[in-house]
Amino acid sequence: MIADGVEDEEKWLAAGIAGLQQNAFYMHRALDSNNLRDALKYSAQMLSELRTSRLSPHKYYELYMRAFDELRKLEMFFKEETRRGCSIVDLYELVQHAGNILPRLYLLCTVGSVYIKSKEAPAKDVLKDLVEMCRGIQHPVRGLFLRSYLAQVSRDKLPDIGSEYEGDADTVVDAVEFVLQNFTEMNKLWVRMQHQGPAREKEKREKERSELRDLVGKNLHVLSQIEGIDLDMYKETVLPRVLEQVVNCKDEIAQYYLMDCIIQVFPDEYHLQTLDVLLGAFPQLQPTVDIKTVLSRLMERLSNYAASSADVLPEFLQVEAFSKLNNAIGKVIEAQPDMPILGVITLYSSLLTFTLHVHPDRLDYADQVLGACVKKLCGKEKLEDKKATKQIVALLSAPLDKYNDIVTALKLSNYPRVMEYLDSETNKVMATVIIQSIMKNKTRISTADRVEALFELIKGLIKDLDDAFHDEVDEDDFKEEQNSVARLIQLLHSDDPEEMFKIICTVRKHILGGGPKRLPFTVPPLVFSSLKLVRQLQGQEENPFGEEESTTPKKIFQVLNQTVETLSNIPAPELALQLFLQCAEAANDCDLEPVAYEFFTQAYILYEEEISDSRAQVTAIHLIIGTLQRMHVFGVENRDTLTHKATGYSAKLLKKPDQCRAVYACSHLFWVDDQDNVKDGERVLLCLKRALRIANAAQQMSNAARGSAGSVTLFVEILNKYLYFFEKGNPQITVAAIQSLIELITTEMHSDSSTPDPAADAFFASTLRYMEFQKQKGGAMGEKYEPIKV
Amino acid sequence: MVLVLAIGDLHIPHRAPDLPPKFKSMLVPGKIQHIICTGNLCIKEVHDYFKTLCPDLHITRGEYDEDSRYPENKTLTIGQFKLGICHGHQVIPWGDLDSLAMVQRQLDVDILVTGHTHQFKAYKHEGGVVINPGSATGAYSSFTYDVNPSFVLMDIDGLRVVVYVYELIDGEVKVDKIDFKKTATASAH
Repeated sequence: MIADGVEDEEKWLAAGIAGLQQNAFYMHRALDSNNLRDALKYSAQMLSELRTSRLSPHKYYELYMRAFDELRKLEMFFKEETRRGCSIVDLYELVQHAGNILPRLYLLCTVGSVYIKSKEAPAKDVLKDLVEMCRGIQHPVRGLFLRSYLAQVSRDKLPDIGSEYEGDADTVVDAVEFVLQNFTEMNKLWVRMQHQGPAREKEKREKERSELRDLVGKNLHVLSQIEGIDLDMYKETVLPRVLEQVVNCKDEIAQYYLMDCIIQVFPDEYHLQTLDVLLGAFPQLQPTVDIKTVLSRLMERLSNYAASSADVLPEFLQVEAFSKLNNAIGKVIEAQPDMPILGVITLYSSLLTFTLHVHPDRLDYADQVLGACVKKLCGKEKLEDKKATKQIVALLSAPLDKYNDIVTALKLSNYPRVMEYLDSETNKVMATVIIQSIMKNKTRISTADRVEALFELIKGLIKDLDDAFHDEVDEDDFKEEQNSVARLIQLLHSDDPEEMFKIICTVRKHILGGGPKRLPFTVPPLVFSSLKLVRQLQGQEENPFGEEESTTPKKIFQVLNQTVETLSNIPAPELALQLFLQCAEAANDCDLEPVAYEFFTQAYILYEEEISDSRAQVTAIHLIIGTLQRMHVFGVENRDTLTHKATGYSAKLLKKPDQCRAVYACSHLFWVDDQDNVKDGERVLLCLKRALRIANAAQQMSNAARGSAGSVTLFVEILNKYLYFFEKGNPQITVAAIQSLIELITTEMHSDSSTPDPAADAFFASTLRYMEFQKQKGGAMGEKYEPIKV
Repeated sequence: MVLVLAIGDLHIPHRAPDLPPKFKSMLVPGKIQHIICTGNLCIKEVHDYFKTLCPDLHITRGEYDEDSRYPENKTLTIGQFKLGICHGHQVIPWGDLDSLAMVQRQLDVDILVTGHTHQFKAYKHEGGVVINPGSATGAYSSFTYDVNPSFVLMDIDGLRVVVYVYELIDGEVKVDKIDFKKTATASAH
């Protein structure tokens, strides 16, 4: 009979509980009045409620638990009864008069428990008797619960070593035999459950069956607690017997659960010593069993065991754990041809973690695992399965985490081959993981060969892989990736200049293929790496041994020139200009005039041809003037050409104020404090006058356009420049010129058309205050300022 | 008492991978009331990092900054002090005190914070202060061959500012303290 509704089931359960409670009530009364006969009668009637077939295992369990509680009371009564002089043997006989077999067996187990405690018969005989008798119940649910009851009442009465129930000789064997037998029978009943009832409810039934698994598993737990089971007995008896049952039951749910159970309940050292036997069972399991999970857990446990203490490592070597696991995985994969690729990778990933823990020195093992993985992956398309790719990332990350060092991973020849199977998205993820590992551990990658290998690994970030263009790449993600590559480039370093130059060339080769979107990220760090190398070489004799091959600043500058040039073609002219100017300064420090001039020329060409945005022009011109002002390598002719050009650019800026500021900045190109040959007071004055004219023009334009004069700020700025060169002792800057400039500003500020500008007023005021300050300072400077009327 | 972090020229990731870990562990959220950054961060990640330290963030533009919306210069008032920020690549000759003093007069500030040279500097002159916090990452600079990573914390209290310079020298953080008082004449304007 099958319950056709939850409601019906509830009703049946309620009826069962009512019947049980009623009989329990009478049983209690009998117990209170020490009426053994009635007690037996009502307890048997109470237990009859467990004969029902109408309840699902879940509800049956509820009923069983109530009966269980009542049986505890009965057991207490039996115990007192024997103390009062009733023979336990008689009692054991007496309960067998119960009419129905199920109540009879429950009562028998209950008395049996008291019997063992009384020690009137050896525990092993009573247990044997009970476990045999229980065969009488073949209904799966009823049988399972009955045997579960037996297991429960007997677990503290096994004739284990050191137990009070231990017999004269070798009785632990009997204990084991009893538990194994009960386990075997329970498992059979459990497996048989699936065939009870119509096929259409199979799914529901399997779910219910799953809920009962712990009843069966408890036996394994009991086994694991038996003190007397040493490694030999485990190896010779326990494990083979358990595995025999597991394999023979041919049931997916049972096999999965029990294998896992074995792994979890028995100690790790036993697993290690019985690996052959344990692993031998896996290929014999049903092809649908989720072996990868179980096997992974085994490897995980063993890895943790290995990590727990260095003392256990020799054991692993002695039993050749790695090769056994490796073989077993191979066999399992062979035996389960339908295993999804995810399963395969999970297995290898666990094995890799295992070998990294247990044999950290055996890189060949790790490589072997990766190689086996490649073999399974080959012939397949790039992986699409998200979970599988995630697992590969875990697989490839394991060596990085273990060694904290990409250099070790670079030695694994199969490492890049596994990466080949990742889709471009995951490939990038993995490349990022690699870079992060390097950053985190500050790994120094110090040879060109390793750099080559590394860039091969992370090529997903370095260039567009075949299909990457079709994907919509998120702008921010892309930036983040490329910035991480930029950071990486700075960690590629060798103290040996020759090797460092090779590294630079290797990096350059790889990044130049990156395309216009990547170059602005990757070129700057390479340029600065190269400039650092230049500094390292600087001051060393050029070609001390006359070797043609050796690295020189000149050679690096050639490479730099070509590298930066790639940016101008993208186009990223502003960045290219900045980098050319940096190179020019470095060439200046190396006293390489032609090289510096070439870099300036490149910068100028970019300025003329590529930089058209007015704001970008202003920044660029400031950088040009600022850099040029610092150059000391140029001879008069080159210097003149470059300054002339720079002044010309300045005067051609779009906005008048920008023009004005750039032009007065150019004055510094003709007067450099620490260069005696650059002190051309006349041309300084020319610049400042030109700046004044532009400031005037700006005023007029403002008048024309807005009907009011613009701010006097520019004039005040120029006044400050006058003061600057005045203080520096430029003879062309006279007190009269300063005086008239002050007057001009004052007039402008008070003219009717002027727009009030508090900022300019404050600027002027603070400039005047400064002049006052200088006057009062006394000394040479005070004297100089004395004639100026403020 | 107000703590102001002055920092700049990080050049991440062009010239340095990241801030030195020792600096990172010192710079914790919640301690600093204002951040003044002279520029050349260069990327948004660094901007976001500053925001986590302190939401009141003032940045001017360096020539390598990815974000072109940063202003060329900026002023703000903290307590009794008026502060100005300017990266400095616009001020020629670069790093020249007299030229920076002109910017200070132009912005009409008590303290000018500037950068570009990657060298820590703090000058007092005619009642004002010019501070260059150096490069927080010790980034390559054409001005000097050995750049030590450095930044500046200013403790502003009434008319007094104490400038703490944190410099990473051979892996050790060295702290220097410079005291400035705003003089009566300077505060009179």
